[in-house]
Amino acid sequence: MKLLDLFKRRDSAPVARERLQVLLAYERNNRNQPDLVAVLREEIIAVIAKHVQVSQDDVKITMDRGSTTSTLEIDIHIPNAGIKATAAF
Amino acid sequence: MGKVVVVTSGKGGVGKTTSTAALGAVLAQTGKKVVLIDFDVGLRNLDLVMGAERRVVFDLVNVTQGQAKLSQALIRDKRVESLFLLPASQTRDKDALTEEGVASVIATLRDKFDYVLCDSPAGIERGAQLAMRFADEAVIVTNPEVSSVRDSDRIIGLLDSKTLKAEKGETISKHVLVTRYDAARAARGEMLSIDDVLEILSVPLLGIIPESQGVLRASNVGSPVTLNEPTNAAARAYADAAKRLEGEDVPMVTPVEKKGLLNRILGRRVA
Repeated sequence: MKLLDLFKRRDSAPVARERLQVLLAYERNNRNQPDLVAVLREEIIAVIAKHVQVSQDDVKITMDRGSTTSTLEIDIHIPNAGIKATAAF
Repeated sequence: MGKVVVVTSGKGGVGKTTSTAALGAVLAQTGKKVVLIDFDVGLRNLDLVMGAERRVVFDLVNVTQGQAKLSQALIRDKRVESLFLLPASQTRDKDALTEEGVASVIATLRDKFDYVLCDSPAGIERGAQLAMRFADEAVIVTNPEVSSVRDSDRIIGLLDSKTLKAEKGETISKHVLVTRYDAARAARGEMLSIDDVLEILSVPLLGIIPESQGVLRASNVGSPVTLNEPTNAAARAYADAAKRLEGEDVPMVTPVEKKGLLNRILGRRVA
């Protein structure tokens, strides 16, 4: 790091601009339709719940919306007891 | 036939009411017949900013429900003869307004006035949608700040889908009015620039109102800034914006920071 950088704050306006552009591109596309990522989240959880008993607390969901792609991470802690129970069928 | 203009923003506190009062007053001063309608039922403030808070007898809800005649509810400004105010109701809630009622009030006012300025409540609910419903044009008040720009974008979407003009397949003409612009902060890269805002919203610019203490002084005394301090930088910017609304071609002046050497050394802001 250069000595000068110590005195120079990074401009925050360009960051604001970029964040807005990404967010609004997403919001404009989804204005009149249900949020795809939210629909996927609901349906995936419903499918899992059909087979395994999971409580809401065992499901961790993270989403990251980028300008071109979004990621949806679903992390489910399935209790071993739950698997045995369904395996018996 | 007058023009119906909605002053809207989505976000609260960005300057809708201040801008409605300032633009309306300056338009009326140039001889136009202007009526300002406060659509913020339950949280009215245009009367206060206009200094007419003690003169409200009937309001918009009374008129739409037939409890008062329009002529009884209109308050004539004491400073500018051709300026009128139709206040909102303070005791009712937003559901007290019906679309038919608003339609008939606006149709009557459109015949009698050159400008009908509708001061929208914040938000995107019923009140805001009724304020924009019959508009020919929209002034979108935006602060150069992320949440305000996002909400403006949302409002633009509503203007393009929920207004009568949009439903008839016509386009509502939209203008962005950037308020509370701080040239010093923009120059330092701490605030979204005018170009950033315009590029993101892609709506033409009506004016840039610099952050000014004159705006607060004007609302303190209940007078639009354009009447209270006509030479103030914000007032002049509003006057230019009003001319542009009239279709005049006024060159856009981006406020620049005026700093003396001493202020620069001390890092003091100039009001």
